Amino acid sequence: MSTAITPELLQRHRITDSEYQVILKELGRQPTLTELGIFSVMWSEHCSYKSSKIHLKKLPTESPRVVQGPGENAGIIDIGQGYSIAFKIESHNHPSFIEPFQGAATGVGGILRDIFTMGARPIAVLDALRFGSLDHPRHGARNQRILQGVVAGIAHYGNCFGVPTVGGECVFEDVYSGNPLVNVFALGIVKQDEIFYAKAAGAGNPVIYVGAKTGRDGVHGATMASGEFTKESEKQRPTVQVGDPFMEKLLLEACIEAMRTGAIIGIQDMGAAGLTCSTCEMGSRGNVGVEIDLMHVPQRESGMIPYDIMLSESQERMLLVAEKGREEEVFAVFRKWGLDAATVGVVINENTLRVRNHGEIVAEIPNPALTDAAPLYDRPHNAKPFRTAPMQGPKFASQDLASDLRRLVTSVDLCSKRYIWQQYDHMVRTNTTLGPGADAAIVRIKETGTSVAMSLDGNGRYCYLDPREGTKLIVAECCRNLSTVGALPVAATNNLNFGNPERPEIMAQIVESIEGMADACRFFETPITGGNVSLYNETRTGDTTVAIYPTPVLGIVGLMPTKAPVGLAFRNADRDLVLLGGLGTCDDTRFGGTQYAKHILQDLWGLPPALDMDYEKRVQAAIRQIIAEDLAESAHDLSDGGLAVALAECGFSPNRIGAVVNLDSDLRPEFLLFHEAPSRIVVSTANAARVQEIAAQQGVEATLIGRTQPDRLEIHNRNQELLASSVDELNRLWEGALESYLQA
Amino acid sequence: MKFGVVVFPGSNCDHDCWYSVSHDLGQPAEFLWHDSTNLSNVDAIVIPGGFSYGDYLRCGAIAKFSPIMGAIKKFAAAGGLVIGICNGFQILTESGLLPGALVRNQGLRFICAPVDLRLETTNTPFTSQGSKGQILSIPIAHGEGCYVADERTLDELETEDRVVFRYLKNPNGSARDIAGICNAQRNVLGMMPHPDRASSPLMGSTDGLVVLQSMVASLAGATTR
Repeated sequence: MSTAITPELLQRHRITDSEYQVILKELGRQPTLTELGIFSVMWSEHCSYKSSKIHLKKLPTESPRVVQGPGENAGIIDIGQGYSIAFKIESHNHPSFIEPFQGAATGVGGILRDIFTMGARPIAVLDALRFGSLDHPRHGARNQRILQGVVAGIAHYGNCFGVPTVGGECVFEDVYSGNPLVNVFALGIVKQDEIFYAKAAGAGNPVIYVGAKTGRDGVHGATMASGEFTKESEKQRPTVQVGDPFMEKLLLEACIEAMRTGAIIGIQDMGAAGLTCSTCEMGSRGNVGVEIDLMHVPQRESGMIPYDIMLSESQERMLLVAEKGREEEVFAVFRKWGLDAATVGVVINENTLRVRNHGEIVAEIPNPALTDAAPLYDRPHNAKPFRTAPMQGPKFASQDLASDLRRLVTSVDLCSKRYIWQQYDHMVRTNTTLGPGADAAIVRIKETGTSVAMSLDGNGRYCYLDPREGTKLIVAECCRNLSTVGALPVAATNNLNFGNPERPEIMAQIVESIEGMADACRFFETPITGGNVSLYNETRTGDTTVAIYPTPVLGIVGLMPTKAPVGLAFRNADRDLVLLGGLGTCDDTRFGGTQYAKHILQDLWGLPPALDMDYEKRVQAAIRQIIAEDLAESAHDLSDGGLAVALAECGFSPNRIGAVVNLDSDLRPEFLLFHEAPSRIVVSTANAARVQEIAAQQGVEATLIGRTQPDRLEIHNRNQELLASSVDELNRLWEGALESYLQA
Repeated sequence: MKFGVVVFPGSNCDHDCWYSVSHDLGQPAEFLWHDSTNLSNVDAIVIPGGFSYGDYLRCGAIAKFSPIMGAIKKFAAAGGLVIGICNGFQILTESGLLPGALVRNQGLRFICAPVDLRLETTNTPFTSQGSKGQILSIPIAHGEGCYVADERTLDELETEDRVVFRYLKNPNGSARDIAGICNAQRNVLGMMPHPDRASSPLMGSTDGLVVLQSMVASLAGATTR
């Protein structure tokens, strides 16, 4: 019982001296080993948000639609007609580097449980992925294996569980080589009056454990995810859990059925920090306590000590509080689905977590000690956000603009990701009206006639150049993606992926980014209803430490009436092309974060494109009305790669429709074709007059730039040809590129 | 016409089939639990897609031992209409209701994509409302949909006009481009593509409806006769 608490032991638990002093004060005595373990996971960055919390408070979290903001397993918004949607994004970055397949698979599993814990049936998953470059001289082969493993893991879990993976994004940069990012977003549907919360209540009510048995897997996953990577990390493979999507599917069906019995009071999944987190948080949220005896916990292996059981992150487990006397109704449901269910404890009237093992107390901690007393750091951020990129770029002149376009559409970032998303079942549940490869994904809600559009966006380059403006651009783009398919953006979730917050220049990135996000989310009326923070995304090899680009990822949801979707691909020849928002502008500095700078010039400098949020909002209002009036045959927002890439992408369909475009601009050709100024959407229409009228009402430009035509894409400026290309050729190159990178 | 949709632990297209039948086809449908032998007087059985019992051993290998499959075998032997879609097709071959087997896709990866099929025969209760040679666009979503059988069986399927659907562009390496087959009595159909995912314009195709409508027509014919 009396394990000596040595400095080494504290260090292994990543508990600092001052944190340990707080523990001593809160307990009034030395902690047991089990208690130390409990504190270490509850106070880990992953669970406590100790470095980010004071800044996260700056984010807007409310709107009339928000039913549940941050602090629960997922955010919930009201979509009308008695229904709500629950959604959240979560990262599984560290595990996915150590064991790509299981790391990604359990990432999907974890976020799905967060959704159905709230009573919501998951109906869509999207994922934002970042990998090191596939042709990296030293790590290319490894990066390829990580990508293959991650994609197969996501497919394995989502496909078997039966949730469609309907979209996402996948970007490559060397900074992610030792630190890939796997951010998974999930969304579910729930009836307004069937929402469940992770709250215990009613002293004497039984605490029931359901789902998979507990093993030693994942002990200390949360603390692992809260440190930077070293060579040693790879030895932590046993801390990556193994997922069982079939078990999860049974758990979903059983939980939803059990919830319908009316016998369940509160329920929480056992995710990071497993039994510890669920017992402590459920008690603490309900202002009561939970007392459990570990001898009742279903165990997969023998010889587990209380420490292991409390810290295990075995997957596919849930903890619920039922109404006393109605246990049997709950057990019957779990028996039907062939799942373990056992009463492991009871709700108590003290705000305390009490853990016994065969009757003997092994941990007894007041809940506030774990939650309210958790350390909160205002880490120094009085430095310039970290960047080494210069403000001025190289002198350059394109030799061949058509060849530049080919290189861009075959670049690993802009090429077709079909290879990836074709491995995901993106149609199961038959709600997907717009799937992967579109500006935003759309799933219909069969019950209401409403559809939900979703988009995930991040841009490490922009945020590296300017975390504040970069993050605003992400919010703007995410909302633009939704608007481009006709949906009104209503709420957001965020995944903050950054380096080590103990470095002031990294902390400055975090603070700038959060403040930019707060501004933009407030402006676009998309409150943040929850999310995830993943810090310490750095890799140390020898003396050098490489931090990832600051990579906040936004997941925004929008609402629209259910109807046939407007895709991005041109459908017919001889339609007018309107560039809503106009040609935009650019200069040398603002060109440095573009895909052209990256792939053609292999460089990064300057600042991200300039954003006028007010103009952006009006462009979005215009496109939504254009879609609502069925005026657009296709609509596609301009983002990575600018106008030329967007026009090429509009031709990437079996129709092989191109365009002949004549611009009128003073910009140099490289800028005109490839700059990435926001607030622009290309629309093909048979009624350009009405489209322009709507734009005029919103006070935004709507430039008639040309017409669609069969087979060829031609772009001129003032009647001088800039580039011309066969749509079919571009299409083939674009489609085949990713596989050729993977086979190289 | 009452359709019964079987639910195994791990079925995940059960609801899609139910919705397709009850909403897009406009026929009553109910779920049949794997643990039961009671088919509750349904007129036709749908074995939906998914991962029955997790499919950890071999797709459909555990499902064939379930109580409901015993009842379905009797139902089929008595001439009842049974359609197995995706995992349902795998279960039908494992159960011996259809010949051959479905193995790992040639490319070794799961594929989810709309594919074009050729309707090869209208001489089944599942295709009577179509026309021979008709091209249907119906999605697939499987990792193990490569149809294999010995040459004799394949020849037999061809001569007996039991190859019901063929892929225009073979996505998974299936022998002779086979996407769907029926039994000798022609009342049991297995197909890898999902008609349940192609029964509403919102899903991009309604070509799957021909299968369900044919079943209704054939059942109507059987009762009026």
